[in-house]
Order: sequence, then C-alpha cells, then structure tokens
Amino acid sequence: MEAIKDLINFLSYPKWSFTLSLVVFFLLVRSKKLWTRRGGLIMLVAAVTLFSLSLLDPNFRSVVAKPDNVPIVMMVFLVGFFLWLALYKGIRNDELIERGEPTFEKSEVEDKIFTWPDLVFIEFICMILLMVGLVVWSILLRAPLEEPANLAVAPNPSKAPWYFLGLQEMLVYFDPWLAGVVLPGLIVVGLMAIPYIDTNPKGNGYYTFKERKTEIILFLFGFLVLWCQMIVIGTFLRGPNWNFFGPFEFWDVEKIEPLVNVDLSEIIWIKVLGVGLPSHWLPREIFGIILLALYFFALPIVFSKTRGLRRYYEKMGPPRFYTGVGLFLMMMLLPIKMYFRWALNLKYFVHIQEFFFNV
Amino acid sequence: MLKKIQKSVTQSQVWKSIFRVGIPTDNRKRALAMLGNVVLHLHPIKVKKSGLRMSYTWCMGGTAFFLFLVETITGLLLMFYYRPTVEYAYFDMVDLREVAAFGIMRELHRWGAHAMVIAVWLHMFRVFMTGSYKPPREFNWNVGVVLLVLTLLLSFTGYLLPWDQLAIWAITVGSNMARATPLVGTEGPGSALLQLGGRKLIHVGSDARFALIAGRTIGGGTLIRFYVLHCVGIPFIAAFLIAVHFWRVRKDGGISGPV
Ligand code: HEM
Ligand code: HEM
Repeated sequence: MEAIKDLINFLSYPKWSFTLSLVVFFLLVRSKKLWTRRGGLIMLVAAVTLFSLSLLDPNFRSVVAKPDNVPIVMMVFLVGFFLWLALYKGIRNDELIERGEPTFEKSEVEDKIFTWPDLVFIEFICMILLMVGLVVWSILLRAPLEEPANLAVAPNPSKAPWYFLGLQEMLVYFDPWLAGVVLPGLIVVGLMAIPYIDTNPKGNGYYTFKERKTEIILFLFGFLVLWCQMIVIGTFLRGPNWNFFGPFEFWDVEKIEPLVNVDLSEIIWIKVLGVGLPSHWLPREIFGIILLALYFFALPIVFSKTRGLRRYYEKMGPPRFYTGVGLFLMMMLLPIKMYFRWALNLKYFVHIQEFFFNV
Repeated sequence: MLKKIQKSVTQSQVWKSIFRVGIPTDNRKRALAMLGNVVLHLHPIKVKKSGLRMSYTWCMGGTAFFLFLVETITGLLLMFYYRPTVEYAYFDMVDLREVAAFGIMRELHRWGAHAMVIAVWLHMFRVFMTGSYKPPREFNWNVGVVLLVLTLLLSFTGYLLPWDQLAIWAITVGSNMARATPLVGTEGPGSALLQLGGRKLIHVGSDARFALIAGRTIGGGTLIRFYVLHCVGIPFIAAFLIAVHFWRVRKDGGISGPV
C-alpha cells in the first residue's frame, strides 16, 4: 500500500505527471474507439474506485474535502463524462458519415417539436433537480469562514480562487506579467478569434471527430491538458510555499526545495562560452532574444512552407494562418518552458530585469 | 365536487385575466401558450428535435442561466443582512450562519457560484464540440466569451466579501497580478518608460492594481468597490448580455443543427 502511494506521489510530480498526461492525451485521441464505447464505463469505474480508495488516506482527504475543493472534484468527473459523451457521439456520427448515412442530428433536424410541452417540461424538471441538488449540497457542506481578515498574517499557501489556480500555477514558470496578465488576456482573445480563424465549414451543428480533427485536438489540448490539469495541480498538489506535494504527501511547511534555476544567458555565456556575463543587457540577452524572435517570427513562416501545414496556409489565407499560428505558439510557450525548466533548470529565456521584461 | 371547484376557479374572471390559454390541448393553444407568456416566449413555438435532446446541448446553457437566477435571488437576500464595511462584514457572515432564519443562503450562493463557473465552462465545451460557433453564430460565441469573463469576475469580486483570511488573501494573490500589467503596472514591463519631466507616472499609488483595489493594500475601499461591482455593476452588464445572447440564439436560427 505504502509503496503504491509512494509511486503515485512520485509520478504526480509535474515533470512526470505532465509527460504522462501528454501520453494519455495522445492515446485518448488515437484510440478513441477503445474508450468511447464500453471502455468509458470501465474507466469511470476505475476512476471512482481509485478516488474512493484514496479517500482512505488522511492527507488526500484533508485536501480534497476542503469545502471549496469539493466543486473541483465534481468538475473533474463532469469534464471526464462530457468528454466521453462528446467523442462517443462524434465517433458514432463519423461511422454514419462513412457509410454515407445522415448523422444522428441530421435525421432529426427536420422534425420540429412543439416547445410546449416537450422543452418546457424538460427545463422544468432540470430546474427542480438542480435546485434539490443545490439545497442538499448546501445543507451537507457549510460555506467556509476562516479567521477575520488580517493583512499581517499571511496563510501559507495563499491561493487565489480555485478557477484562477491554473494561472497561479503558471507563475512557477512565468513572471506575473505573462502568467497573470498577458497569457490570460490572450486566452480570451484566442477564444474570441476561434470562429474567425477556423474556416472549416464542416461539423457545424453536430458531433463529429473526423471532420474537425485538428480543431478538436487543439481545443482539447488547451482545455484539458493546460487549463483543467493546471487547476488540479494548483488546487490539490501545491502546498506551503507553493511547493509540490503528491496526493498522499503531508503538507509539510518545512519542506525546502533548492532554488537552482539559471538563465539562458548564464548557461550560454558562463557555462558554454566560459566568459563572464556582459554588463549591458543587449549583448547579455541577445541569444534569448534571437531564440524568441525565431520562435515567434521565423517558425510561422517555416510552418507555412512545411508540407503537412501548407494545406492550411492555402485554405485559410495568410492573416488567419499567422494569427492562428501565433496564438498556438503562445499556448505552446507554456509546455515548452516547463520542459526547459525540468531539463535545464532554466529560469528565463530572456531576463531583462532593467525593464521587468522576463520571459 | 373537485371538478366543480376547478371549473369555477378556471372560469373566473381573475383566472382568465392571468392565464389566457389554459392547459394547451391542441396545437393552436400550444403555440399561444408560448407566445402569451413573457418568460416562455424566450423560446420559439417549435424546436428542432435534434436540438431538444439533452445529449446534444447537455442543458448547460440553461443550467448556467438557472444558476445565474439562483445567484441573483440568493444574492439579493444576502444583501439584506450584509454590510460591506470592515467593521461589520465578517460578523454579518457569522450572523448569517448562526442567527439568520433558513441559514443556508450563503451556502446556496457560494456553491451556486462555483457551479455556475463549471456550468459555463462545460457549456463552452459543448458549443465547441458541436461546432456551433461557426457561421452564423460567430458573434454569439463572442458574446459568450464576454459572459464567461463576467462570470469569473462576479465570482472573483464576491470572493472578497466574507472578509475572512481566505477572502482577503485570495484577492491579494489575484490582484497582485495587476502590478505586473505591461505599461500600467509598477512592476510591469515598460512602465518605467512612462515618465513626465523625469517623474514616473506609474507608481504604487497610481497603477492598475491601485485602481483595482482602491488603495495600496486591500482594505475598506476595496471592499466597497468589489461590493458595488459584485451586486450591481457586473450583474447588470451580465443580465444585458444574457438577453443579447438569447436573442441571438433565436436570430441565428435557433439551436444549431446540421444543414
Ligand atoms: C446578480 C446578483 C448578485 C448579488 C446581488 C450578489 C450578492 C452577494 C452578496 C451580498 C454577497 C456577500 C455575502 C456572502 O459573501 O455570503 C455575495 C457573495 C458572493 N457572491 Fe454574489 N451576488 C450576485 C451574483 C453572483 C454571481 C453570478 C456569482 C458567481 C458567478 C457570485 C459569487 C459570489 C461569491 C463566490 C461570493 C462569496 C460567497 C461566500 O463566501 O459566502 N455572486 N454576493
Ligand atoms: C453566463 C453564461 C452563459 C449563459 C447563461 C448562456 C446561455 C445559453 C443558452 C441557454 C443557450 C441555448 C443552448 C444551450 O443551452 O446550449 C446558449 C447557446 C449558445 N451559447 Fe451560451 N451561455 C453562456 C455562456 C456562453 C459562453 C462562455 C459561450 C462560448 C464561449 C457561449 C456560446 C454560445 C453559443 C455559440 C450558443 C449557440 C449554440 C447553438 O446554437 O447550438 N455561451 N447559451
């Protein structure tokens, strides 16, 4: 038992769990047929069993059962269920399309039903069930109320509200101006841009996977792997001093993690070239600046000429293509930075403290 | 006997003045029932069978809307008790728990808020998976994204109101980010460039964080600012945009479906 717990604790460290989640994500997308049918049920049972067993562990329970964390547990299961539902319906439709038959939605879309009573009753029953659920939840679980506000005593850890914990988790890898301002802003901009970038006319108004593969994979990657997973890490696995703790680990305030992160400039100037750091910021950071410039400006052009992606460039046209790729590269900055951190202890690609410009 | 009472009630002038149609028994009356009721006429008279399915919409837009209504009603009731000042706020919370009749109003409001955030995310997820943001619904997707931001802001501003340790430190962590806003935050890139005659324009007493929390640290000013935004400002905008959102669902041809 302890050995299993230790293994899970070990595997849940971001560098392993994130890699694992990438593998799982890849498998989920590749072998949908396995789990969009009965496999989904097996996975649900496995998840519930694992979760219930974990509840026996006092450390796990103390974090998961915090009143404010209960909704996040619910969210994890709901997201899992709806992911299953959406892909299950999509795959079934894909099979219908392949056989040249109308999709499930298509065969019903001409059928117009009176709103009264059908829709009104569904809504009525939903409302009652939701209200009952909410009342029961409210009776069972008291809203938290801690000590009166006191700016002199900071709790450790101090956490933002749970829906922002993905952003707070990004603070591990980026400075606040990126993690707290620019990236959230770009998430909103990116979401708004989706309908104008995605010109694929197919898959409008019905579930499908095949007809919109790229769009769906990109969206799921952002929503599941980056957004939801980061919230789960930030909520359940970050303890005092924002140190990482496995799900069965005790939140030890004394736990110390050595800070050994170095900048790209230090790696290149000191370790590789063996000369000291130049004093002016421009020569000092020139490698990082070039790297970022290549990433954001040269890579999109390379993409537009790459064989597999060329198709999109021609279909979408340059403005859409470059906006889309730009937003995509912005999103990928996060996992890229994570891996640089884990592999090289990289702190910043570019570190111009003079202007608070650190990437 | 019962039949008679029922008849005399439903035939009375009072009843008929309220319910024009009665229980619909034929298609004409089904249509009239939808048209004659201000709430129901959010809906069209007929809907696509494919759009009616719960497995299609997951009912998530409706759930988000329902939770918004729950939040409005419970929030209003909380406003009767709650005073947004440093002296009272926390102790009003204690009283809401210990003294107020039917003392789960706070719970309903808080859990409803969490549930609403989740419902809105799932709704967005559904809309994406059915490709319902594609023409002609691009604009409504954008209205939705703004609603998503407003939902998060409502939840964020509300989080401060209990005025306990959880509240102020969560808002401290959140609002510290504003310090790093490019150009207009003291520690944001480029803010040092904004100078006038050698004097910095952006400092702790004038930057984005200062504007957000009405002071250099969280205090009474922040509380009243968040309270007004939470109970009046943002709900107004959100209610307006929800109206736009629903209007556009209708104008874009009802719930999406394959053409
Ligand atoms: C539209 C009308 C609304 C009104 C008049 C209102 C009013 C209030 C009041 C007076 C409080 C302080 C009492 C308390 O903290 O328990 C409060 C708290 C709160 N509100 Fe609202 N609210 C509204 C909508 C919303 C919505 C839509 C959300 C979220 C999506 C929300 C989220 C919260 C949260 C998270 C708290 C803290 C809850 C707690 O710890 O008790 N509110 N609200
Ligand atoms: C307070 C938040 C929101 C409320 C109350 C709300 C409510 C609704 C409702 C009731 C519908 C009818 C269909 C359904 O239930 O699925 C709908 C449709 C729609 N919503 Fe929302 N919504 C909200 C947020 C959003 C967000 C965040 C997005 C996207 C980013 C969005 C995009 C759309 C679109 C594109 C449709 C049309 C879908 C179709 O025709 O199939 N909404 N919304």
